[in-house]
Amino acid sequence: MKWLGEFVDPGVGIKDFVAGMTMSGSKVEGYEVEGGELQNIVMGKVLSVEKHPNADTLFICKIDAGGAEPLQIVTGADNVVPGAMVPVARDNSVVHGGKKIKKGKLRGELSEGMLCSLEELGLTLGDFPYAMEDGIFLVEEDCQIGQPVQEAIGLNDTMVEFEITSNRPDCLSVIGLAREAACTWGKTITVAKPRVKGGAGDVNDLLKVRVENPQLCLRYSAAAVKNVRIGPSPRWLRERLRASGVRPINNIVDITNYVMLEYGQPMHAFDLKHVSGAQIVVRSARDGETITTLDGVERTLSPEMLVIADEAAPSAVAGVMGGEFSGIYDDTQVVIFESACFDGPSVRMTAKKLGMRTESSGRFEKGLDPENCMPALLRACELVELLGAGDVCDGVIDVRNPPAEPRRITVTPEWVNGFLGSDIPWERMVSILESLEFQVEGNVVIPPSFRGDVELKADVAEEIARIYGYNNIPSTPMRGKAEGIISPQQKFEREIAALLTAQGCYEIVTYSFISPKGYDRIGLPADSSLRKSVVISNPLGEDTSVMRTTAIPSMLDVLARNYNNRAPEAALYEIATRYVPTEDGKLPDEIKQVMIGLYGGDNDFYTLKGIVEALLAKAGVAGEYRRVEDNPTFHPGRCAMVTVGDTVLGILGEVHPQVCENYDIGAKAYLAELNLAELFAARTVELKVRDLPRFPASTRDLALVADEETPVGEMQKAIADVAGSILEKLELFDVYRGKQVGEGKKSVAYSLTLRANDRTLTDEECDRTVQKILKKLGEIGVELRG
Amino acid sequence: MKNALEQIRREAGELLSAAADAKTVEELRIRYLGKKGELTGILKQMGSLSAEERPVMGQLANQVREAIETMLTEKTDALRASALAEKLQSERLDVTMPGKVRPVGSRHPLNVVLEEAKEIFYGMGFTAVEGPEVEYDHYCFEALNMPKTHPARDTQDTFYITDDIVLRTQTSSVQVRTMEKQKPPIRIISPGRVYRSDQVDATHSPLFHQIEGLVVDKGVTMGDLKGILETFAKRLFGEDAKVRFRPHHFPYTEPSAEMDTMCYECHGEGCRLCKGEGYIELLGCGMVHPKVLSDLGIDPEVYSGYAFGIGLERIAMRRFGIGDMRLFYENDMRFLGQFL
Repeated sequence: MKWLGEFVDPGVGIKDFVAGMTMSGSKVEGYEVEGGELQNIVMGKVLSVEKHPNADTLFICKIDAGGAEPLQIVTGADNVVPGAMVPVARDNSVVHGGKKIKKGKLRGELSEGMLCSLEELGLTLGDFPYAMEDGIFLVEEDCQIGQPVQEAIGLNDTMVEFEITSNRPDCLSVIGLAREAACTWGKTITVAKPRVKGGAGDVNDLLKVRVENPQLCLRYSAAAVKNVRIGPSPRWLRERLRASGVRPINNIVDITNYVMLEYGQPMHAFDLKHVSGAQIVVRSARDGETITTLDGVERTLSPEMLVIADEAAPSAVAGVMGGEFSGIYDDTQVVIFESACFDGPSVRMTAKKLGMRTESSGRFEKGLDPENCMPALLRACELVELLGAGDVCDGVIDVRNPPAEPRRITVTPEWVNGFLGSDIPWERMVSILESLEFQVEGNVVIPPSFRGDVELKADVAEEIARIYGYNNIPSTPMRGKAEGIISPQQKFEREIAALLTAQGCYEIVTYSFISPKGYDRIGLPADSSLRKSVVISNPLGEDTSVMRTTAIPSMLDVLARNYNNRAPEAALYEIATRYVPTEDGKLPDEIKQVMIGLYGGDNDFYTLKGIVEALLAKAGVAGEYRRVEDNPTFHPGRCAMVTVGDTVLGILGEVHPQVCENYDIGAKAYLAELNLAELFAARTVELKVRDLPRFPASTRDLALVADEETPVGEMQKAIADVAGSILEKLELFDVYRGKQVGEGKKSVAYSLTLRANDRTLTDEECDRTVQKILKKLGEIGVELRG
Repeated sequence: MKNALEQIRREAGELLSAAADAKTVEELRIRYLGKKGELTGILKQMGSLSAEERPVMGQLANQVREAIETMLTEKTDALRASALAEKLQSERLDVTMPGKVRPVGSRHPLNVVLEEAKEIFYGMGFTAVEGPEVEYDHYCFEALNMPKTHPARDTQDTFYITDDIVLRTQTSSVQVRTMEKQKPPIRIISPGRVYRSDQVDATHSPLFHQIEGLVVDKGVTMGDLKGILETFAKRLFGEDAKVRFRPHHFPYTEPSAEMDTMCYECHGEGCRLCKGEGYIELLGCGMVHPKVLSDLGIDPEVYSGYAFGIGLERIAMRRFGIGDMRLFYENDMRFLGQFL
């Protein structure tokens, strides 16, 4: 905030500042008062140091911390000397990390607090290079006895963290944010023009620059510093870097980072002696050319990448990272500052291809302003002189494309207000735009060069709206008429969900991607076509690496999880999509399935079938059930497919014991998977009500004996075929196996309800029908039980 | 004879009042009024009476019969009432015993909220449209003003199938498909699954659900966008729900905004949940970018539109006070059973 304060004074407290910036478009993620957690730590002067009588490694110090009496403090550090200024954590104080300090006795001697090291203040050697890492911090700054430590060592700034959107690289800088702040509170921003004295000879005598690829290098500017004096930066500069999360290194490197933070322009500094031939060439990389970057990794380049090279070899990947010899070390004599502007998409692709996103590439890829290169370069030179870090050469090297024509956008107040639904006077619009450094000529708006994101009048409308305040635009209720349509499929899906819920099933929602191991677990053979899945090329892990071709593994996972959680029984369903690959390069078919899963309690095959029947009844579909013996996921004797006409709707059955074992499900489990689209297609569209019966019904009970292998379905079909329209209801009420019916036989008892809708059936008619039924049943070996 | 009749009435009255059950009452009815009953017996003697006495005695006999009948009815009713009372008494239940449970299922909380949200939008004239989850890069990014070199792509970490096919990162792809086929006016929502390569934690999931909305028509304004989203928040969270709109950036909208709702923990004071802001981010929205419109053959000089994208998980978490997103996909029945 101190840094920002150099350019603008918003005139508000931190809370209002944070809220205001957020609402004008620079979202604040959080803020923190530096040293805010330190409490009751003051500067004290060491009066005396004596050995602790009872401990060899401890010392007793008398400290004047501004109180009436000197404090007695025991310390283990051996670097404390009389006369030194030290940070004193007094009784009831808090040091870094929230640790509380209270007075107490150490080996029998009173200690009224603690002397602090760098670490206890939350600092490192980078902040105060003269301090000792594992001793007490002997402060060499100007400070007074009793002064709070934050004040004494400049640890009292406020740090605000912003979330800057990718269209605003200009706001990745102190000046950019100061500009936003100025506009938000109607203040003026003052950015002093950097002043450089120079005098160390002409830069052009030291270095030549050639740009071979001006499409990708929009501007390359450079300056030189002779007689470089490498050393630590002054405290104020280090403090600002530290507050920005940048580690101070040495004055030259610190200057490049400082300018980047202040101006938003990535800077690069390199040693002239590593530029062979004193000639910089900005060119496309040659195919297969390699460079070892600053991080020590050798990287292979390709022709679409841009490099900074000398006569011999590339020395940096443009806008991404310097080469290994581009560092600044203690023996550096002449430093070249590079302030360039590279094409955003190119830097982005290069960084991505090389797998190294850097602070610099992250900025360039968003598209930087070529006009910002020069002020930033001059600022760096100014800082060199200010810090006495070297002698700046006269002049600059500046190779660039002609400046882009400023965009001219025609905007009328009527259009803006019509678009926003607002009523903002034109004068207000103009003042907002001008405070954002846009030029307004009549109805033509010219955005500043650093606002590459503003291209169309909608962009201009956004600028006006965000400063005017989104929340000041009146909200209008829904206008115009439209009919919200629920499609028949959507309605059907909802009905299916309601029905399954009414059947006592819990709905689940599972991931669409599964582990390919799921196919093994459900027993799919190696050549099963279901194993051909849509594969994710960059999955998070194997467990979520393929798009499922069946929802069965997902359901079994959930059943298993609940079984493992000791749920005694489960009835679950999901309307789940499966993804079936088609041709290469084409999208897969996405097929919705109704998936039902049960285990435990009274659930058995027929419970599951009852639910499926209810589902089909809801759709008005008369399904047929046929035995399936060869589906490896299911029990070979307890599995059926459901069909309607020639269409297979799906499959249901008891899960194969081996599959249950694979999932550690210790109960019998049941699964049904039905194709929702086929069910939808087969449904009865219109429901027509039957008249209530006007004539009485007759009932006949039949006890039949059949071979064990004769399916009940076949018997029922025979009965229904013969009886025709007068069969109102056919109810199976008992199945019996035992000695009385003989080995390999079963007795099946039916109750038939017969009724005609136009007359009362006579007993004779009913008996005749029964006789015909028995005759037909006889043909398939079913007899009346004697 | 008169005395005999009087005596019958008296006797019958005494015996009936002493009768304790229906069977005794029936016996008494037969004894007095039956074909061979005492009253009938007396009436048979009527013939021996004089012509003057006969009507008098006849009337008396009828009175006695009626009296007995009335007594019989009263007694029967009384007995029935007491029998019923006794039965009811014997059938007393402990009404505090637990009920017999029939199985009840439940919808998944995400779909509970989805259905609610859909209802709200149906009511405002929106139609729900679905589209593929495995999608061409073109519909997911390119047509939304996000070419491959666009830095905003990094904010939506994408699962790729091939270079040109992705798992959609947003259901905006459905909006593009709709605008390709349908001319304005357009008023749709597109609910569905979206994918981003985020590791699973309490607030992230590689798969989540969105409801995106799109309106394109003549004269659509940002005020309209605000209005509809405020209505949505009020319908979903209650009339006192407070929202605010904050500038943001999406490549496919201009102006872009995020809508926050007032924090339900602290009501705007600032707390840990809202990281001291007083508001919680709820959705992204904005006016459809003119480039998106014109690329799809819709003239931005004639039409304007707005779009919004709501994270279903986020509003379901807010709605039910769910602290961990993983609960949605674990499908633990102890969790699901709370949404009966």
